[in-house]
Amino acid sequence: MANITIDGKPYSVPDGSLLIDAIDQAKTKLPRYCYHPGLSVAGNCRICQVEVEKMPRTVIACNTRVTEGMVVHTASAKAKESQQIVLEFLLANHPLDCPVCDQAGECKLQDYYMEYGLYDPKFDDQKVKKAKKAVAVGPTIMLDQERCILCSRCVRFTDEITKTHEFGIFNRGDVSELDVYPGMELKNNYSGNVADICPVGALTDRDFRFKMRVWYLGSQESVCPGCSRGCNININYERSRPYKSDKGRVMRLKPRENAAVNRWWMCDEGRYAYKAIDQDRMTTIRTTAGATTWEAAVREVARLLKAAPAAKWGVIASAQHTNEELYLVRKVFKDLLKWPHLGYHEAGEDGPQDEILLRKDKNPNTAGASVILDLGAANGAASVLERARKGELEGLVVFGRDLSKMGAPGLLQEVRSKVRTIVYIGSAQHATAAAADVALPEACYAEKDGTFTNFEGRVQRIRMAVPPAGDARPGWKILSEIAAEIGEPLVFSKAEEVFKRLAAEQPAFAGMDYKVIGSQGAVWSRR
Amino acid sequence: MSEAILSRNFNIPDAHKLSVAEPRGAYETARKVIGALKPEEVTNTVLASNLRGLGGAGFPTGKKWQFIPKDSKKPVYLVINADEGEPGTCKDRYILEKDPHQLIEGILISAYAIGSHKAYIYIRGEYVLPYRNLQSAVDEAYAKGYLGKSVFGSGYAMDLVVHRGAGAYICGEETSLLNSLEGKRGYPRLKPPFPAIVGLFGCPTIINNVETIACVPHILKNGAAWFTALGSPGNGGTHLFSVSGHVEKPGVYELPMGVPLRDLIYKYAGGVKGGRALKAVIPGGMSAKILKADEIDVKMDYDGLKAAGTMLGSAGVMVMDETVCMVKMLYYATKFFSHESCGQCSPCREGTGWAHKLVTRIYRGEGSVKDLDTLLTIARNMEGRTICVFADAAAWPIQSYITKFRAEFEDYIVSGRGKAVAAELEAAGAHAH
Repeated sequence: MANITIDGKPYSVPDGSLLIDAIDQAKTKLPRYCYHPGLSVAGNCRICQVEVEKMPRTVIACNTRVTEGMVVHTASAKAKESQQIVLEFLLANHPLDCPVCDQAGECKLQDYYMEYGLYDPKFDDQKVKKAKKAVAVGPTIMLDQERCILCSRCVRFTDEITKTHEFGIFNRGDVSELDVYPGMELKNNYSGNVADICPVGALTDRDFRFKMRVWYLGSQESVCPGCSRGCNININYERSRPYKSDKGRVMRLKPRENAAVNRWWMCDEGRYAYKAIDQDRMTTIRTTAGATTWEAAVREVARLLKAAPAAKWGVIASAQHTNEELYLVRKVFKDLLKWPHLGYHEAGEDGPQDEILLRKDKNPNTAGASVILDLGAANGAASVLERARKGELEGLVVFGRDLSKMGAPGLLQEVRSKVRTIVYIGSAQHATAAAADVALPEACYAEKDGTFTNFEGRVQRIRMAVPPAGDARPGWKILSEIAAEIGEPLVFSKAEEVFKRLAAEQPAFAGMDYKVIGSQGAVWSRR
Repeated sequence: MSEAILSRNFNIPDAHKLSVAEPRGAYETARKVIGALKPEEVTNTVLASNLRGLGGAGFPTGKKWQFIPKDSKKPVYLVINADEGEPGTCKDRYILEKDPHQLIEGILISAYAIGSHKAYIYIRGEYVLPYRNLQSAVDEAYAKGYLGKSVFGSGYAMDLVVHRGAGAYICGEETSLLNSLEGKRGYPRLKPPFPAIVGLFGCPTIINNVETIACVPHILKNGAAWFTALGSPGNGGTHLFSVSGHVEKPGVYELPMGVPLRDLIYKYAGGVKGGRALKAVIPGGMSAKILKADEIDVKMDYDGLKAAGTMLGSAGVMVMDETVCMVKMLYYATKFFSHESCGQCSPCREGTGWAHKLVTRIYRGEGSVKDLDTLLTIARNMEGRTICVFADAAAWPIQSYITKFRAEFEDYIVSGRGKAVAAELEAAGAHAH
């Protein structure tokens, strides 16, 4: 460890650390454009200038290693002068088109000008013109060469993380420009990240561009439900004008840093899947008896389930459910009703997997389902459906899944013709929802609280970003009310209480609560 | 003129051929050194000779060699910087073109000293004849067994590759050169790590200038004391001075380190052309700060010119007589540096272009006196804030021309005589880049 002083306060940091990392750990503000902890050090933007005592000039913190006794000033007159000087160079040829730039509001040139600039500009000449202004470089990203400050973060991202090498910097001097290599387009499953790491408005996300000014966005921490990695995300939603819901409420997803899970990244598959939150949703209650209120619907379903002969009914559970919901599924169907035919796992539904983040299991909570439902090898949805197809079942409860997308073509029709009663509880409006006798609208992941367990046994929280669509309610609430109606007093007012009960009963979750899980998750003590 | 050492074959016809060079002593020293001396002995001799890097930085060569890690598991590379691009400099060109075997012999001894078995010569792309002569000399050396698996039958293996650059000034910066040699964009690298630890292909690498390496056989032949005595204190040997501009006899002069600049101009280069008055001298290539006519009583070595507030640099001496317009000089200097900035670091990328726009404005008669102060601010702000010293080199002409010839700049601006220049420029189709 090296003892160093940053702005007058002593710190002990690992020997050989980068000074900028030490400054970040000390929670001291320092501007940076090219430095990114997930990429190699480029040292080209030159703005992270700090004063180090006994050094003749200010130095860049991103390429300086700490040494014992180093005394650093990040905001001394000398350091501030250097930062301001570099900023003026960076802005010299930058177009003054903030009012029509979609990056406005989350632009580091704007932010740093207010924090470190505020100089009287000396540049009074023609700015350099560059050819590509708002030109798509691939399906997801738009490039504006004039706004680019050539920090090379995107170049390093595609060289070092995706290793797809689409970006390069061409030409020299102040006519240097960022572009994709001739004949290439930016088309990889992580392309959206370059808009995240671009500190300025050079690379913007074609999906989000001009949809909403960022200062109208609310943000909620969550976890991507797209695969079993469970990438940490922020859900950015329309905050100020919820009445304008025609464009959808959720505007975009952004990766949220978690060193143990996704570092700073997320894949495009997950990033752009947010559209399902506001599309094809089931928003109203539908029952055979014509119930329109939750009270009536819960009563009706509870009566149906209570009267059902256990061996003649089956449940298709879902690894898209939270741990809390799976706990209640187990309580109601396995422990209370003692139905033997219960499955969630679907063989052969694996998708693509890569070396970066993407997992082939497209469910966020398969690990949670396997521990909580505790079905061992007999966890297959297929065997339950096979019984239904053969006419062995009178009734079927389906959580979320669309049977028309499972098994052989025509499975839904076959099951429908053999099973007298189908109860569907889910958030999507699809063929199975339409074919069901009872359909209860459930909140999607962005509309509820809960936890998912990722493939490594990390339990991570999702939080409500927007209220449930229409009449929808969180699954844990629906299930706890059904349980109460059946006669088991599993009454919870919030997901956190369900989790407390789960943690008390399931050894894997022992010692956990929402506080322990925090924003970075907590790993199962045992599996 | 003093004894010709480096230049002794420059006027011998066909000295680039082995058949001419060998009877004149080429490879004699290398043959004696390799295998007979220990590598450390070679390094120590070079260290004692006060040989300093003649590419411009003036770093003691023997000391540089000692930075190579002793027990490196990786191969060690020797890279020769033959990307002579500093305006006003043409000394390496003579060695490459007229006496390449002198360089190859130097490479053999130097590589042996640092434990390298592979050397690269990165030669400026525009040097066509020097390249041809050099490559044929390398081929001859291979054919004779002076390069290859067993140099002079000593068992010491040595490969030498000549690589041509593609025209970027910045590739003369040593780490940029390494990137270019690796097939990458010629961007200077962040330091540390320094090339002696992490250099070419991530391996320990020594990069030396052509002239520096050409000195090595002579040092080993005649001894460190002899070499030291040739030069001035702390600056061993002779140096090839490229003298250009308004002198009667422009050319490359081999003179002892520390020769007075006045002698170089008046005694050796025949004085100012046409007997006109001297106005200014740039003593070390375009990057060096300018000296006024009354500042030329300086010794031409690293320490002498440093003391005079400028630098020896590449020893490219550009002499200007009283007819030279300093605004025009600065216009060409900023044009050069804005064109050659690699564009990696923001202060240099934006600063060189910005400065050139301002100078162009002044040159065209559209500037104001206030622009001069802005230029000085830009130059000061660029200095010392970038990865390599290119920005400093670009700042120095701006600073030295304007501060030393302020009255001329102001007169040019106030008189409005740049308007005529603007018309001329329009006719020539000149623009910012």
